[in-house]
Order: sequence, then structure tokens, then C-alpha cells
Amino acid sequence: MLAFAVARPWRLPEAVAAVPAAGLVVAVGAVSLSEAWAQVRELLPVVGFLAAVLVLAQLCDDEGLFTAAGDLMSRTCRGRPERLLTGVFVVAALVTAVLSLDATVLLLTPVVFATAARAGARPRPHVYACTHLANSASLLLPVSNLTNLLAFRASGLSFGRFAALMALPWLVAIGIEYVIFRRFFRADLAAWATPAEAARRPRIPVFTLVVLGCTLAGFALVSLAGQNPAWAALAGALVLSVRALARRRTTVRGIAGAASPLFCVFVLALGVVVKAVVDNGLGRAVGRLLPHGSGLLALLAVAAVAAVLANLINNLPAVLALVPLVSAGGAGPVLATLIGVNLGPNLTYVGSLATLLWRRVLHERDEEPALGDFTRLGLATVPATLIAATVALWAMLAVIGG
Amino acid sequence: MTVIIWVAEGTWRAAVDAARTLAPRGAEFSLLHVTGDDVAGAAHGAFAGLLGRGRHRDPGERLEELSDTAAEDLLRAAAERLGHPATTVRRHGRIEQEVVRATEDAELLICARDGERERLGPRSLGPAARFVVDHAPCPVLLVWPEEAPGLDSLPPPPPPPPGRR
Repeated sequence: MLAFAVARPWRLPEAVAAVPAAGLVVAVGAVSLSEAWAQVRELLPVVGFLAAVLVLAQLCDDEGLFTAAGDLMSRTCRGRPERLLTGVFVVAALVTAVLSLDATVLLLTPVVFATAARAGARPRPHVYACTHLANSASLLLPVSNLTNLLAFRASGLSFGRFAALMALPWLVAIGIEYVIFRRFFRADLAAWATPAEAARRPRIPVFTLVVLGCTLAGFALVSLAGQNPAWAALAGALVLSVRALARRRTTVRGIAGAASPLFCVFVLALGVVVKAVVDNGLGRAVGRLLPHGSGLLALLAVAAVAAVLANLINNLPAVLALVPLVSAGGAGPVLATLIGVNLGPNLTYVGSLATLLWRRVLHERDEEPALGDFTRLGLATVPATLIAATVALWAMLAVIGG
Repeated sequence: MTVIIWVAEGTWRAAVDAARTLAPRGAEFSLLHVTGDDVAGAAHGAFAGLLGRGRHRDPGERLEELSDTAAEDLLRAAAERLGHPATTVRRHGRIEQEVVRATEDAELLICARDGERERLGPRSLGPAARFVVDHAPCPVLLVWPEEAPGLDSLPPPPPPPPGRR
């Protein structure tokens, strides 16, 4: 099923394989129907949250938020590519944290490329920064990454506490990435950039920014009130949807498409399949590898196991498999798992060794780009960010407590 | 005489200017741009890492289109600055490899240093230009992208070897 999701023969949606696979594991009795249903019930709010955030990101794009961000970045550049890189780091870190890594990979990366080209800079460091920060900057909020959403409930934390504990690891990871990028792409960043021509200033979507800010505040408030913060995401998405529909900037079909219903179904089915695999052996095998407690060494070990697993399979199944095993230990091990599965994918080019191999074997593209640079960059950043972010998490746990 | 001018982001103006002032009269100019495949490849890869989002459009494809436009724009600007009739050549792949391959039948390659520019020395060549200078099968005219640093940036001469005092 993973192979299918990665290779996607005939460009079929992933759910086409995932749903029958979930049916199969129930049919052969690997999980009982009631357990499968409980897992789906557990995941439904998460998936709803995800859909709302995806819609929010798409509407922000429709309103020109990313174009405006691109303009801001090219203005900070003023002929110096390293300044552009700083701008890209700030924007990509914020977009990833607030609108999830999907927004950075799918919506921001093309904007960053166009910005670099317009500024006359070499695009390589800036595009690589987007792909790396989509992972590294997804530590901050529960909404930043689907992996966080999947683990959020099990962590037992409120939205604000999650953010408070992860703020330092987030900053540390981004800071290390920045230092390594500046060194790694020294030559690319040394060339002066001369802008093509002064472009017309795009409109800044103030309303969208305000709604986004309110949504963020809403996450914290709703969570404090003991409710699911998904409601805040839904409210934000609704406000922007209604406005965009009234102004005929989008269609109901467009919004439904942005919510990616098939992706949501895929996540639910994946949850059932992973539960079956964990209950039938993987759980015990990995459980033996995982240390208990939330001392620094235990947290580092959990993060390392999570990073390896994220590279061997993919971070979604990895987090589904690991969180039930570590959640007994409290918030510390759960957050360390997230550090592992979120930072780990920068190591192998596409976030998973299996993905990489399958793409090489099956993909229609005859020439795959050189993996050398990407892998070297991953080797330089992942171990350092993984260790430093985990130490930062341990420090935060000691200061403000899980 | 066929002269290839390597048009690279950030440094191409110096190469074009050198062609205008230093190339022999009657030279046939060819403006070369190479798009590195790894940039769109990184986006393809990041997209593939997002398990299950297959219905969305691959951002790498968008990057490929944008690269095409950016390369066309760059070559047009270079042709304008050159002010002589010139052919344009576009390639893609590994940048340094493709530049060398493009010079197979050329009699001169003009390119600019693409590394650090604070001091004279080997670091003024980035990995791509270093490879091209080392492997080009034709004469290479290598220019500074702006005014060269002064001779005072030369390192001091090494001390005499031990035992020869």
C-alpha cells in the first residue's frame, strides 16, 4: 500500500489502495471492526482540522498572500542574495508554522523560485531552504505538520503549552539550518544579484492577514477553553471562504478540492492499516528499542528512533506507529518523537528511503536529479538539528514542565 | 571564430561585457544558459515526501515552467546587452557538465568567476566555474564579475622550508 501511494500508477489517488488495504486488515482479523472504528473516530477530528488548514492555506494563496510575501522578500534582497536567503528563512518558517508544511512545499516554493529569478539571484539555496524548512520549521504548532496533529491529542497538552514547549526547539532547528545553509551555499550566495526590473507592487491582503491572526489567537483561546482548536481553523476557513465566494474569487468546487477529501480518506485508512501492523508485531519490536522516561538520553533515543523510522518508511506511518508506544511516558517522549519524524525527512532526499527507491524504480521521469548535494546537505543538518532541538526540548520541559 | 558566452545568474553582465570589448572582430557569438535540474528536482522530491497529496499539482512542474521563463528572460537581456547578432543555446542538466559539453566545437569560452570576491585566490571560483575551467576543451577567458580585488589581498609568501635558513 505504501508502494502504491508512492508510485501512484496511472496517477490514481492514494486512497484507491489505502481503503481496500484497510478493509483487508479488518477482513483477515488483524484488527477487529470495533478497534478499526475506534481508530477512525479518533482520527476524524484530526483529519477535519487538517482539511480546514489546507483550505485556509489555499485561500491565502488565492488572496495573493504568497505573492505579497515574495515581493517583500525581493525587497529585502537589494542585490545581496544572503539577505534574500534570510527573508526566505523568515517567510518559510512562518508559513510552515502557521499554514503547515503543505503550504510551504506546494504554494510557497514556486513563489520563492520566481522571486529569486526576478531578483537575479541563483535559485538553488532559496528553493532548498523551502524544502528543508518545510520539515525543520514544522515543529512549532500542532497545525504545522500533520504528524503534530496526529500526536497532539496523545501529548495531553493544550495548544499554547505545545507551542511554548516547542518554541525553543523550533528556533534552534531553524538557526542551525541557517548557519549551515550560509556555509553550504557560500558560492551561490556570493554572486551579486541584479534585479531584472522593478515590478509593480502587489496588493497586501490585509483582511486575509487579520483573519489569519485571529485564527491563530483562536487556536490558543479555544484550546484554553477545553475545546478542540480545529473549530478555530474551521472558523477562519469559513470566513475566508464566504468572502472569496461572495467576491467570486473561488467556487465551492475549488474549496472542496482544497480540502483534499481523498487525502483525508487516505489518512483514515492509513491509520487503520498502521494499527494492524503495530498490533501484530511492529509495536513490540519497536517498543523494545524505545527507552522509557523523559531524561535527556531517553528523549534523544526516542528522537533518533523516530528519525530512522521516518526515513525507512515515511513520517506519517512512523508517527502513527510510535505515538501509542510513547504516549504513556507523557508529553516529553511524544514531542521528542515529533522532533524525530519532522526533522528526520531532511536526511533522505524525499523524506523516505522507501519513497526514494520506489521512485527510482517506477517513476516515468527518466532522469532523476543528482542526489549528492541534497544528501550532503541532509547529513550536515539532520544530526545537528535533531540533537540540538531535543536538548532544547529537554531544557524547556525542565523549565516549564510537561 | 565561434565564441561561447556562459550566461549565469548574477555574473553574466561581466561575461557579456568582456565579449564586447575583448573578443576578436568578426567573432560569431553564442549565448549559453544552463538550467540546473536539481532545483526543480528538490521540489519534486519534497512533493514526493508528502505522502498522499497526489491530487495536488507537483510544485516541481511549476518550477520547471518558471525556470524556462527565467532562462528566456536572461538570454534576451544578455542579447540586448551584447548588441551583436548572437545565437542562443539552452541546455539543462548538471550545470558544469553541460557547459563543458557545449564548448566542444567552440574556439573560445567567456565566463565570469562565480565564487567569493573579496580577495584574489582559488575561492573566487565556485564549484561550477572551477569544473568548467579545469575541463573545458577550448581556450577560456575568465573575468571578474566586477572590479578585481587589489593585490594587497594576496596572501603573504610562505616561510622558507625548514633547514634552508
